[in-house]
Amino acid sequence: MAVPVAEAPSSGAEPDRQSFKPDLERIEIELLLEGIFRHYGFDFRAYAYASIRRRLWKRIEEEGLSSVSALQERVLHEPEMMEKLLLDLSINVTAMFRDPGFYQTFREHVVPLLRTYPFIRIWHAGCSTGEEVYSMAILLREEGLYDRSRIYATDINEVVLQRAKAGIFPLERMQEYTDNYIRAGGKRSFSEYYTAKYGGALFDQALTKNVVFSQHNLVTDRSFSEFNVILCRNVLIYFDKTLQSKVHSLFYDSLAMFGVLVLGSKETLRFMSHEDCYQQIAPPEKIFRKVR
Amino acid sequence: MAYSIVGVGSSWGGLAAMSKLLGALPANFSLPIVVVQHRSRDSDRLLAEILQDATDLTVSEIEDKEPLTPGTVHIAPANYHVLIDDGFLSLSLEEPVRFSRPSIDVMLSSAADTYGPEAIGVVLTGANEDGAQGLSDIVKRGGCALVQDPRTAEIAIMPHAAVKAVPSAEVLPLEGLAPRLIALSRKRAKVRARKAV
Repeated sequence: MAVPVAEAPSSGAEPDRQSFKPDLERIEIELLLEGIFRHYGFDFRAYAYASIRRRLWKRIEEEGLSSVSALQERVLHEPEMMEKLLLDLSINVTAMFRDPGFYQTFREHVVPLLRTYPFIRIWHAGCSTGEEVYSMAILLREEGLYDRSRIYATDINEVVLQRAKAGIFPLERMQEYTDNYIRAGGKRSFSEYYTAKYGGALFDQALTKNVVFSQHNLVTDRSFSEFNVILCRNVLIYFDKTLQSKVHSLFYDSLAMFGVLVLGSKETLRFMSHEDCYQQIAPPEKIFRKVR
Repeated sequence: MAYSIVGVGSSWGGLAAMSKLLGALPANFSLPIVVVQHRSRDSDRLLAEILQDATDLTVSEIEDKEPLTPGTVHIAPANYHVLIDDGFLSLSLEEPVRFSRPSIDVMLSSAADTYGPEAIGVVLTGANEDGAQGLSDIVKRGGCALVQDPRTAEIAIMPHAAVKAVPSAEVLPLEGLAPRLIALSRKRAKVRARKAV
């Protein structure tokens, strides 16, 4: 049906405080992040800009403020405001056997490689609350590789590491995790791995016998060993390209030759100079083997 | 100042509407297009394949930090937010907005924040109110808002909400959107008075 097409200007609304001054906003945000770094030591300066801007504005609006500079004053003078902002800026989304297809492919294509090693060192970088660490431990146990494996699970955030160590996950997510486990090629009954306790699902502590949880900052800390597998899924998406590239150098230096690098399912090496150093195993999964 | 980017959002009924819209754009369309179509958490690349069959443009399911490319349709992957940065796209697992991830609001607002008056936002059919806030942000920063005429939408709720939030939006029947986008892509944006700082 015909509708009159108005050629009217589309910007009828009055520009408000959000009027478009991207350069000025960028200055304010960079000053805030610099201030946070120098005063509190948290380094968000090389985080992906659009995402950090969005999260800063959420806090600004929630506090009834009207500019990044106003937030800066509060954050620098009130540690409680920094605490709030820290929560806004950390994203800890994870699940057991997240992206089941990945685990299935890992079993088929990476486990045979690992069988050829007498000892297997795995680094789970940015492990958050640990769900994916327990998932990997279960997989390795089912493949008979756990006893010769050591998993170094690191995160920048001490609070989530404590939760990872405790190994208690919400009972209400067990159905979802069980579905994931089955689709990930799980070989047993998922409920064998936990007991309902303390209002949650307490996972078999033997699963963390060979896991070392420790704080590590990808932005500032160096390599601490040589690994056969490095997993870093959906962590680097929050970094800008320069920092991503820096972390990829760290991973490259920390991987043994023919070691395996695992990224999140929508992450890529395409825009990184390290692309040529790796071969993708079994696309579309983001499992790469260091070949040079 | 010319337009630099088009962001399109759709939900219920969006696959057919999006196919039709993208199918009516020529392969040499000069702007990058970012598409958020609500979809289930577990859905795979099928959406990109279906849309690729419908259009001469290049369809790409977004990977993190993918460069914005003229004539390319960048599709939000299932279960990630898409943020438009200066010349490239970032993904995020921030919490769902209005129960949606990807969220049309998040995508359009980031277009507004990054490209201001150079952004065009389009809201199509859908059964929720996602997109209204993002479209409003685009207009606040001097960009251009297009909405599918609710009467031509499979579900009118989403375009209705968009028009309500942005009364100045151009409301066009589905088949009118592609010609309008082509015209806008060739046109220079309204010159905005530069405010003295």
